[in-house]
Order: sequence, then C-alpha cells, then structure tokens
Amino acid sequence: MTYLPTADHDELRAVVRELADERIAPRAAEIDSSGEFPWDLKELLAKQDLLGTCFAEKHGGTALDTIAQSILVEEIARADATTSLIPIVQKLGALPILLAGSEEQQDRYLPRLASGEWLAAFALTEAAAGSDVASNRMRATRDGDDYVLNGSKRFITHGSVAQLLTVFALTDPEQGGRKGMSAFIVETDTPGFAAPRVEHKMGIRGSPTAELTFDDVRVPSANRLGEEGEGFKIAMATLDRSRLGIAAQAVGIAQGALDASVAYAADRQQFGQRVSDFQGIQWMLADMASQTEAARQLTYAAAARVDANASDLPYWTSSAKLVAGDTAMRVTTDAVQVLGGYGYITEYPVERMMRDAKITQLYEGTQQIQRLIVARQLLQRAGVAARG
Amino acid sequence: MKIVVCIKQVPATGADKRYTDDLRLDRAAAEAIINPLDEYAIEQALRLADAGAAESVTYLSMGPDQAAEALRRALAMGGDDAVLVSDPALAGADEWGTAKVLAAALDKLAPDVALMGMASDDARGSLVPGAVAAMRDVPLLSYGAELAVSDGEARVRRLSATGYDWVGAPMPVVASVTDQVGEPRYASLKGIMAAKRKPMETWSLEDLGLSADDLRGAALTQVTDARAPEAKAPTERLENLPAAEAAAKIADWLAARKLI
Repeated sequence: MTYLPTADHDELRAVVRELADERIAPRAAEIDSSGEFPWDLKELLAKQDLLGTCFAEKHGGTALDTIAQSILVEEIARADATTSLIPIVQKLGALPILLAGSEEQQDRYLPRLASGEWLAAFALTEAAAGSDVASNRMRATRDGDDYVLNGSKRFITHGSVAQLLTVFALTDPEQGGRKGMSAFIVETDTPGFAAPRVEHKMGIRGSPTAELTFDDVRVPSANRLGEEGEGFKIAMATLDRSRLGIAAQAVGIAQGALDASVAYAADRQQFGQRVSDFQGIQWMLADMASQTEAARQLTYAAAARVDANASDLPYWTSSAKLVAGDTAMRVTTDAVQVLGGYGYITEYPVERMMRDAKITQLYEGTQQIQRLIVARQLLQRAGVAARG
Repeated sequence: MKIVVCIKQVPATGADKRYTDDLRLDRAAAEAIINPLDEYAIEQALRLADAGAAESVTYLSMGPDQAAEALRRALAMGGDDAVLVSDPALAGADEWGTAKVLAAALDKLAPDVALMGMASDDARGSLVPGAVAAMRDVPLLSYGAELAVSDGEARVRRLSATGYDWVGAPMPVVASVTDQVGEPRYASLKGIMAAKRKPMETWSLEDLGLSADDLRGAALTQVTDARAPEAKAPTERLENLPAAEAAAKIADWLAARKLI
C-alpha cells in the first residue's frame, strides 16, 4: 500500500489551512481564556462539510480516506487544539454506531451527525474506571422492551454539548466489564440524564469535559448497539481507530508550535544577530521539525492501515498516538524555550500550545496504555504468548 | 438570466513578485490564487444564483494551463461550468490584448451580465472591464457595491462621496464589483468534490476566430523596467518591542506631530 499524500490531499490541506488561518486561529486565545465552547466555529465547520468526513455519502457525509481525515484534524489543530476536537469527537462518538450499529440505527442517527446538526460524544470513562475500563460500574437493567440506565460517567469530552451519546453500561454485572458490558445510543434530551458539571482544565479549555449522571434513564432496546455483552469489544474497536484522531491532533499542535518558533526566531534579534542565526537554536528547530515530520508520517502510515483494515491495526494506531503525543509535548516545550520570556506570556500562543499538548499524552488511552498495546502486539508477533 | 464571471489567476498577495529576464511575471515562482478582487464578483454572481435571479453562472479566464486551477476553485465555491482561453500567442498580453480576447469569448458565450472584479492584484490596471464593454459595444456598470437585476435591466449600487447611486442599463451589460459586496464564501468540501465533475472547456485563439495578427502581438504596451521603491526620507524603525510598548511609542510620535 502507498500512503504518499495525493494532489487531492494537498488541496484539502490548503483549503482547511486557509479556513483555519482566517477564522480559527484568531479565535484561539479567546477560546482558551474564556473557556467557552466555540459554537460559531462548530457551525462554520458543519457548513463547510468538515464534520461529515467519516460518514458515507448516503448519510450525507463525504467519506474521505483516513489520511485526509487526519490532515483535516492536523490543520485545525495547528490553529487551535480545542476546535480540532470538534471533528475528532464527532467521529469518536459515532464510531460505535459505524462499527456495530445496524443499518436501521445508522440511517436513523448518522445523517444528523454528518451534517453537524447534532454533536456526538463517547461515554465510557467513569470516576473509578479510566485506564481500567473493565471496572466500569454503570448499569443497564432490562425492563420490558427498554433498558434503564443508572450511574455516572466522568471526563466525557463534549458530554455537556452533545445531542447523542454512545454509552457503555453493565447489562450483566456478574460477568464484569469484559463480558457483561453493553453499548447504547442515548439521546441527551432523555429524562433522567444530566451533565451537572464540567472540569476546569490545564488546556483544551474551550472543550467541555463533563461529568454525566444517569438517573433511571430509559433507553429502547432498539438503541442497543450489537448484542448484550459486546460493549467492551465495541469500545476497544472504537479506540483502536479514534486514537488516530489524537495522533493527528498532536501532529497539528506540534506544527503550530514549530511555525511560531521559526517565525519568532527569524524576527527576534539579540547580541547583534537574529536568534535563528544561533547554531544552538537551529539545532533545536531542526529536532522539532524532524520529530514532527516523523510523527506525521507514522500517523499517515497508520491511517493507511486503518483503510486497509490491517489485522495489526492497534500496533499502528497506538504507535502513532504514542509517538505523536510525546512529540507534541516535547516540541511545544521547546517552542516556549525558543521564545524565551515571551514564550511564557499569553501574548504569544506557544504557552497555550504547551498546555494543550499535554492532554494528547493522557486521553483516549494514556501513553502507558499505548505502550502496553504496542508491546502486546510486538510479543505476539515474536511468538511470545500473553501472560496467563 | 445568464452570468459569466471573468476571473484571473494571480500570484498570492504579498509574495515576492519575481520577474523573468524579459520582465514578464514569473508565474511559476509564487503560489497562484484567484485574484482576490474577483472573489467578490464570484460571490455576487452566486448570491444571484442562490436567489433564483440567475439561471447559470459560468467562469471565464484567460491564462496558461495552470489557470484551470483557479477555475476549479471558483467552481468549488459554486456555479455551473468554466471556460479557459489559453494560447501560446497570448503570453505577455497586456490589458488591451486581454480585453480583446475576453470580449471575443464573451460574444461567443453571450451572457446577460459579464461580471468582473474591479482590478487585478498583479497589474492593477483596472482597464479590462471598460475595454471589454467598449469592444463589445455594451453598457458598463462599474464599481458596484451590489448588482441587482430585474425585468431585463441590470443595476449597480455605487458608493459615492455623499451616499450611493443606483446606475442601471438594459442587459446585456458588463459590470464590475468591489469588496463592498461582502465576504466571499469559502468552498465547502462537497463543493470541492463536485467541482471536479463540472464541465470545463479550453478554447484557443482559433476557437474565438482570432489570430495572433488580430492581437498585434497581444500587447500594445511594453514593460521596460521593474524595481523596488527606494527609501527617500529617514525612517525610524521600532523593532523587537512588545506590542504595548511599540504602540505607546507610535502614539507619542503621532501626538508630537499633533496628528492625534
């Protein structure tokens, strides 16, 4: 398989970059300082058909390949990490339906997600179950033709602004999370659902990270995704794909920080020369650039494997998210260093980019979980059986 | 009502314009875009189409093969089809040569309104709309902040020192519009995908019934020199200052000259 960007990819990049430079970048600082969800940019992205790229044309989407979807996220993230979460989480919330939904469920819900009329969110994590997904406690009790959901979720990105949630709950608590969990589509105007609070965060401050409560929330069995007990599998299959969105976001954040560093270093003068003339700075910029490019290329290689439905998909997507997240943190930290004192103040964007980058090492599977996934695949290939 | 929007592909604004040895614009050296002032003409045409006042919007451009990209970009914003007039004999054409070719192409396309931006970002002659109208012997409605059509008449709203005038003429007309039209739309992703399937034709001089002789070498004017302006008066440069400090210094400078 080849995965060099095509002319179409380059055109998409140019179009999104123009939009990002003209309409998104100017809003980034304000979104960060106010912590408000950028509804105007969500409408703009929806209007430009940029929230429907992972959906089929029959549902009103544009069915772009995964590299193109990555480029879209990258270019938005270069301008603003918060705004890039809008297409990322739209896909994350929809993936359980795309992977495990019936045709009827897809026809019922996907058009409104593709058009951006509704926002989606993915509700898996609980206060006591982050990396340890299997120790989820939320319950879904069968009652006639419905399920009644009780429990709470924590750290749900866009949970307070979404109209549709894909929710994971135990239909068979005896079996535990791995075998007893099921997935459901929940419309957020269902009685008993609430988003009582959102977190105050280090970064991606305009993206609401919500606590969700379910108090006898009644969901028809027609909204269950797949069979009872398939929830864990659906969640893992979702994350195997969605984490590529985070890889692309991290690449974009790194690129934005690099671009800001180059521009500053070329302009700022000290000791009678441009800062960019100092070899020490040139070495820093070179490391930042080559590492960002490496992360980008690995992300595209993983994207190509997603489209090819490779059997070792998790190896690729976890590697990409691992490398890209660590790269974003390193590059943004170095960017603050290149800008010196000016890098520390809010007048320049790199301190925000550094705060934004940190989350890419944490959500959709911490870097530690990504390492476990890569190691498991590696050892499996080498014929080393998993521990009992 | 049929509209043809004339657009030009130009080097990106702010790019260093590089000239070839014979003092022609080196189009390969810089990123090429739709002339920004033409985007307002595109936007005006598409608004009329959205409102049902225009049945079709066609784009017309004269340029090298590369100009087809600009036409595709325009089609991505909206519209139905495009025509590129391209011929080796047109290299180095000036406003007169361009106007002659566009006039011939417009006579062949026969629109009710031939719509243009008020000037191109590279040569900035602002001559083509007037020349085309004169050559085709149709009215010119220039510098419109808005274009409206009704009952066989086209009108532009033109800003003046004291307010605005509405100037109208029976169609067919040539019209030019300014940035007062309002923000041009972005091409949506579906628009970009649809643009690839919209028809685009390429015409040569022969297709227009013109020969190189008719154009007398495509240009009546000749570029003799191109250079950057020299700094005349001593200037004070504020560099490497935080924005607030620089602004304070500028304010002091203006106040010292009683300008604020």
